[in-house]
Amino acid sequence: MTLLFQEAAHAATEAGGHAAFHPVAPWLILLLPLVGFVVNGLMSVLAARRALPVLPPVGDPHWDAHHESSEQEGHDHGTRPSPVDAAAADHAHGGHDDAHDAHDHPAGPKPWTHTLPSLVAPGVLLAAFALAVVNWLAMRDFMHGAGEHPAFEPSVAFNWMPVGELQVWAALLLDPLSMLMTLIITGVGSLIHIFSIGYMKEDPGYPRFMAYLNLFVFFMLVLVLGASYPLMFVGWEGVGLCSYLLIGFWFKERANADAGKKAFIVNRIGDFGFLIAMFLIFANLGTLDFASHAGSGMRSVFEAAPGALPYAGAVVTAICLFLFLGAAGKSAQIPLYVWLPDAMAGPTPVSALIHAATMVTAGVYLVVRSSVLFTLAPAASLVVALVGALTAIFAATIGLKQWDIKKVLAYSTVSQLGFMFAAVGMGAYVAGVFHLMTHAFFKACLFLGSGAVIHAMHHALHATHNPADAQDMRNMGGLRKYLPVTFATMGIATLAIAGVPPFAGFFSKDEIIGAAWLGAEGHSAFSRASLFGIPGTWWMGFIGGTLSLAAFMTAFYMGRMMIYTFFGDNRTGETERRHLHEGNWTLTLPLVVLAALSTVGGFLNVEDVPIVRWFDFGQGAALHHWLHPVIAGSEDVIRSQFGEAPEAAHHAWPIILAIVIGLGGLALAWMMLARRRLRTADQEPAYTSAPERVLYNKYYIDELYDSLVVRPVGALSRMYAAFDRYFIDGLVDFFGRLAQGLGMLAGRAQTGLLNTYAFVIIVGVLVVLGSFVAL
Amino acid sequence: MIQVLFWFFAVLAGASALLTVTRRNPVSSALWLIGTFFSLAAIYTLLGAFFIGIIQILVYAGAIMVLFLFVIMLLNLGNDHEADIRSHTWKALAGGGALVMLAMLARIFAGGEPASPLGRTAGPDVLAAQVAEHGTVGAIAVPMYGEYMILLQATAILLLIACVGAVVLAKRKV
Amino acid sequence: MPLSWTLALSAILFSIGTFGVVIRRNAIILFMCVELMLNAVNLAFVGLSPYAGIQGQVYVFFVIAVAAAEAAVGLAIIISVFRHSESVDIKNFRLLRW
Repeated sequence: MTLLFQEAAHAATEAGGHAAFHPVAPWLILLLPLVGFVVNGLMSVLAARRALPVLPPVGDPHWDAHHESSEQEGHDHGTRPSPVDAAAADHAHGGHDDAHDAHDHPAGPKPWTHTLPSLVAPGVLLAAFALAVVNWLAMRDFMHGAGEHPAFEPSVAFNWMPVGELQVWAALLLDPLSMLMTLIITGVGSLIHIFSIGYMKEDPGYPRFMAYLNLFVFFMLVLVLGASYPLMFVGWEGVGLCSYLLIGFWFKERANADAGKKAFIVNRIGDFGFLIAMFLIFANLGTLDFASHAGSGMRSVFEAAPGALPYAGAVVTAICLFLFLGAAGKSAQIPLYVWLPDAMAGPTPVSALIHAATMVTAGVYLVVRSSVLFTLAPAASLVVALVGALTAIFAATIGLKQWDIKKVLAYSTVSQLGFMFAAVGMGAYVAGVFHLMTHAFFKACLFLGSGAVIHAMHHALHATHNPADAQDMRNMGGLRKYLPVTFATMGIATLAIAGVPPFAGFFSKDEIIGAAWLGAEGHSAFSRASLFGIPGTWWMGFIGGTLSLAAFMTAFYMGRMMIYTFFGDNRTGETERRHLHEGNWTLTLPLVVLAALSTVGGFLNVEDVPIVRWFDFGQGAALHHWLHPVIAGSEDVIRSQFGEAPEAAHHAWPIILAIVIGLGGLALAWMMLARRRLRTADQEPAYTSAPERVLYNKYYIDELYDSLVVRPVGALSRMYAAFDRYFIDGLVDFFGRLAQGLGMLAGRAQTGLLNTYAFVIIVGVLVVLGSFVAL
Repeated sequence: MIQVLFWFFAVLAGASALLTVTRRNPVSSALWLIGTFFSLAAIYTLLGAFFIGIIQILVYAGAIMVLFLFVIMLLNLGNDHEADIRSHTWKALAGGGALVMLAMLARIFAGGEPASPLGRTAGPDVLAAQVAEHGTVGAIAVPMYGEYMILLQATAILLLIACVGAVVLAKRKV
Repeated sequence: MPLSWTLALSAILFSIGTFGVVIRRNAIILFMCVELMLNAVNLAFVGLSPYAGIQGQVYVFFVIAVAAAEAAVGLAIIISVFRHSESVDIKNFRLLRW
């Protein structure tokens, strides 16, 4: 009710002045996934309780398990644990093996705790998506009428943390950027939830899985909708928690639990950077809010920063570098990318939703949201761009030699995130967000496609009790005959990620590389800056070349993945082959929708650039206009610093180069690999040449971190443990023993012999008497 | 004459007390203690406390000491008793303590006969007057049943409780 | 007969009783020594009663009554202890020590 009143009062005060955008029930978008989480969490708790084994009554020697169960069968059908619940209770064979384990469980109706989440989890997401669409339509109308500078004000609920100077309001900011992110999260999220029904419904922990997914969406929405850095940080930590929970979803297997811990700990390093950046912002600007709000006194950081922080000053550079440390942790950039490939231990829908489409792009969102700060710090921005470009090529090279289909996609994700960071680091914020969006489409499609492949492979291998790895591409081959829908959709997504026109990735990736070439010519805001004494134009040129090479490798390894998975002869096995088949509609529908989005998604932002402008169907660079209110602040900074920038002249050669790169990479992969007779994982020889081994082993970075960080920290901890055990504990023990010894000594006086006590009394009497006599 | 008798009984009491303490056999200790009690009863009589002297003989020597002897016999401690006197060190300590105590008391009387013990100057006449008024027994009985009535009742209850307690403690099966 | 003689005899008897309490281990003899000390005090009371009044003798009466009660209970305790360990030597009853 208070929310409604505030909205009404807000509307009344705004009626006189210039109008600000009023979102439709923004809090409801958040609350819907939370409700889903509560309901599904309740389901999972109930399922777990019902699955508890029946314990014998304490102290009853006549209790007999058999007698007990037969009695239950006779009288009490209702409370017997169902087969599915019983499996949830022991959960013993963990890992991927029990993910879709219909085989072991006798067929029968599932308990209601396992059917209700199928409705609730996607239901709340679809409702939230519908609400987001309503808001989007309202915002579109508003922006049409609002003119040059549309105003977006936060929806304030209450003062969450009034701590002296620090006022943290529970407020949501629904502006074009968070609107876009909300649409991606709820839209792609809904599709992945639907996919999860088909993928996970046989899992004993199905309600728990759906609860975690809902919780993740809730926190992700808090992250993008929160109207201040602290609120964003709440979502930031929340998605980290959900990521941890979902990576370690099959926690019975140690490797999965370890992967979850790794993700969590590496993210802590990034969070440290985020926190330091927040402290610095608050110390220098006295506010942490994203937007100003007259009613509550919220002040925008981005309006305050250009006046308070000098251009390219040390403070703003430090802020941006620490923010980028946070972003690098969450978005898996060098040097904190190591957790993301391991995060593939989670179920595949998790990889698609969290580790490809949404959470890992939070870092990009953070940088774009803080674009004013980053524009003020050109050196920090160049660092962002450089790290992004290096990550892009670094991960792409590793992706060339992986056998695990999900590992290929994981390194591809790291690489594509590097593209996004390169874009935002060069000041091409819209290009970064654009690539974020298209990447969400095609990478989610690829991940879900790989999930469908793994699902089918697992099913087939399980039916014949073959212990082979269902994720290893060496065990696949020729799957296009058995999984036609998956093949078609993954093929489209591959064309999109490779950058083949007119698929989505072409437009976004081209815009990024094009921005690099333009920057090299001096048209970027950061071209005039320098890093390590090298001018920005040179850096941009280097970044452009690096990204082009990375794009070429992307096309190559994606082609390699498609060829090994879907072309050639099938290597799964004679009997297994008969069990390979497409999943039900919940598995294929999301694939089809995402493939369609991967096809047309790029048309959203067609720039007036040679060749690209052929695809302008009247929409133009719609995303540029849409995001302009968010970027306007940084443009103002540039304008006040350099005056009006001259219009950049677009050349045709970068576009042609991009097309050549995309098609060339795929063609090279086809020429080199299509004829190759691959053998199954147990027969195929391991990599022999040194470069191949280095790439296959991911440059031994994990081993390097292990010896440089983990082992020294472990040794230090053991040293402290020894110090604690032998010195601190020794000291404590010493005082304990001292008291004990003194007590033993004093205890000798207690002889237990009455005579002694009598004598002591007499001595006391004598002392008293003596004192009387003496006085 | 009275002084001679006092000295006689005083020496007798001290010697009996010493023998009580030093005899190894509990029975002879008990018998020497009876001797002490008799001597004390005589001294009470010499001091003019006739009733207390009689009570001393009746209750202490007659009742309590018989109880002691009875217990000694019951527990068969009269013969083959263990040596129970402690070492010379303890004897020296105890003797030293006793001598110090004596020395302190002696120090009090070193100044000669106290002129007014307990802050009173009345002298023996007070007692004589009371005895003359009420008789020997009556002199004690009047304050006991008047001034000290409640104390007397409390003592009666104490004795009752002691009786019950002794029975409970000494019974084999409660 | 001077008061100091009576008091001196009382002090001597009390000291002898104390001496006995310290050096003897036989529980019954310990009791006897305690009785001896009580009697020493009684003697002091009686010796002082000509000066302080008849109350001194009344107190002696009470002391005798309490001593009787104490002897009854104490001897009962000794009997039950003896039943337990076939001894009245207090060196055998040293449970209450370190």
